[in-house]
Amino acid sequence: MIKLLVLIPACAGIVTFFVGSDRIRRGVLISAALTQTVLSLATWVVPPAPAMGAWLAEDPLGKLIETLTSVLFLAVSFYAVAYLREERSQTHSDFEEGFIFSNAREASFTGCLLLFLAAMTLVAVSQQLALLWVAIEATTLASAPLIYFHRHHRSLEATWKYLLICSVGIALALLGIFFLAVAATNPDGSTIALMEQDLRLNAHHLNVPWFKAAFVLLLVGYGTKMGLAPFHVWLPDAHSEAPSVASALLSGALLNCAFLGILRAQEISVAAGLAEFSGRLLLIFGLVSMAVAAVFICGQTDYKRMLAYSSVEHMGILAVGVGLGGAAVFGAVLHVINHSLAKAMLFLVAGNLLAVYRTKNTGGVAGALSVLPVSGALWLLGLFAITGSPPFGPFLSEFTILKAALDQGQTLVAVIYLSILAVILAGMAAPALAMAQGTPPEHIVPARSRSVALSAVPATLGIAVFVLGIYVPPVLTRALREAAHLLG
Amino acid sequence: MSQLINSVLVLLVLTGFMLLSSSRLAACIHVVAFQGVLLGLLAILMQHGELTVTGVLLPLSTALVKGFLLPWLLFRAMREADTVREVEPLISYNLSIIAGSAVLVFALWLGQRLRLPSQPPSSLLVPAALFMSFVGMLVIVSRRKAVTQALGYLALENGVYAFGAAVALRLPVLVELGILLDVFVGVFVMGIAIFHISREFEHIDTDKFAASTDRPR
Repeated sequence: MIKLLVLIPACAGIVTFFVGSDRIRRGVLISAALTQTVLSLATWVVPPAPAMGAWLAEDPLGKLIETLTSVLFLAVSFYAVAYLREERSQTHSDFEEGFIFSNAREASFTGCLLLFLAAMTLVAVSQQLALLWVAIEATTLASAPLIYFHRHHRSLEATWKYLLICSVGIALALLGIFFLAVAATNPDGSTIALMEQDLRLNAHHLNVPWFKAAFVLLLVGYGTKMGLAPFHVWLPDAHSEAPSVASALLSGALLNCAFLGILRAQEISVAAGLAEFSGRLLLIFGLVSMAVAAVFICGQTDYKRMLAYSSVEHMGILAVGVGLGGAAVFGAVLHVINHSLAKAMLFLVAGNLLAVYRTKNTGGVAGALSVLPVSGALWLLGLFAITGSPPFGPFLSEFTILKAALDQGQTLVAVIYLSILAVILAGMAAPALAMAQGTPPEHIVPARSRSVALSAVPATLGIAVFVLGIYVPPVLTRALREAAHLLG
Repeated sequence: MSQLINSVLVLLVLTGFMLLSSSRLAACIHVVAFQGVLLGLLAILMQHGELTVTGVLLPLSTALVKGFLLPWLLFRAMREADTVREVEPLISYNLSIIAGSAVLVFALWLGQRLRLPSQPPSSLLVPAALFMSFVGMLVIVSRRKAVTQALGYLALENGVYAFGAAVALRLPVLVELGILLDVFVGVFVMGIAIFHISREFEHIDTDKFAASTDRPR
């Protein structure tokens, strides 16, 4: 069953490269996403048996990330089909500089989407740390072509930065894995296998200096991929130049997978009794990321970049939550879900705004509520949700982390955390209101007959974010608690 | 045996300096290819006791991919991009060499401090591997061309691989193959990107990338 989770999207992805008919290819995309989602929901009822000598297995944390990725991918794939239908025409003129460009082949785009899903699923179910590394690097390679869908120089630049910076980061993570293997070597030459569970159970036998060095390398390496400052430089470019379908997945699903890489190291660190060391590192990187994001969000004139920097901020919040430990970890794991849903929705809505207003400049968008009633409303509510306003999901999780910080007597952390959140709220609320209200520019024609899926998908995600703010189902609470359990 | 391992390691350190000092792109690709072959040799020499079939086949495939296949891909990217055959560093070659020497001293110092749980067959192993990785990063930040940056990535990856060989890690075969496949596909995708960059920008200098850098406001 676990193998199927990875194999279905992988095989479908390879097949779609060679399918000529648009209709069949889009059908394959939807049906693969649907089957995979059903399967991963089924794993909540029937726990799957480990496969490949327990290299692939579902633990509570992996199950959570895996299901989130599948559900998000399914939603995005409905949007993608509608989006690709609208993008049919062969050439486009650039919004910003007016030159003519064409899109990449739709077959390669769809194929890479599915391979990307396969790689992300493999990340979530890998229990072998080196295999986890292979899977994370595979996500980079499968998603790089997605960023270069619109063939022009800015997206190419973004792709190159993404490919190079993330590959270098991940090469450092591989060094971290090797360091970990050294740490797991006993003086008598016997070794602990690089399996998550074995390492956790034998954590006290690990060589401490080598493990610390390994943790730093893994944090820097996977942190690059996750977008923690100061290694985030690729992220705003990639997330703003990619088509909205890809941005939603990069932000909503891929960042979580990189975070999972760090969480695996943190689980071992907690078991080894080094939570104080690794927690402090996570806390520092988290607060720095939040601060850097705040600096770039204020006065940001490009709304997709604004969303990208907001992802840096939220990755910082996750790191802070896990770094604090205790009750904050629960908040962080809940925040993974809230951020993914809200950010994916916002990127999809940004795609709708971009299609009508043909500019990424916040100043060029006005009156979105009257031109695109559904997308305009979702944009406004989504921005308030992502900045942590009640009653949405992110408020609940951000508040849980804040409360844990106060309970632990980390007043300084709480004050910094809260003031950065306030700055970001102010920085994002102003453009959000200006874009939603006012009179639209004259040349903007209210949308022609656009596909329903383009607003229905973000609306569904928006409802989920809203519901999670009011009511977290008991089954989810239990799963979150189990997932947070090993993280201190 | 340890004599042989030492010679290979010295050669690896020398390739690092060659990479930093040569001005011809083709020469740099040859240097990295040579590194790949040396790595395969190193991995075979590091085998304890008897040679097993996988113990020979894996290093051989590493040498094949890193020594021949990837350089061939990069040569093709270079030819299609029709680039000027100069490396065009951001800092002078002299400065590169000086930086390389400083990095070597740092790697030797670090190698002293990191004590392996079991005695390695050569005390040069860890410093040499770290030096190769540092040189890779140095090349990435100090060179202008996309092809050279891809080469730097490859050199960094070679250094990491050398560290793996140095501590005689016995990773499962599947993982070794996965890592190799990732590196291969990575360079392959980079090659495609280089081709597009050359078409789009009519040169492959990444420092012409400046359009989308944010500054605090």
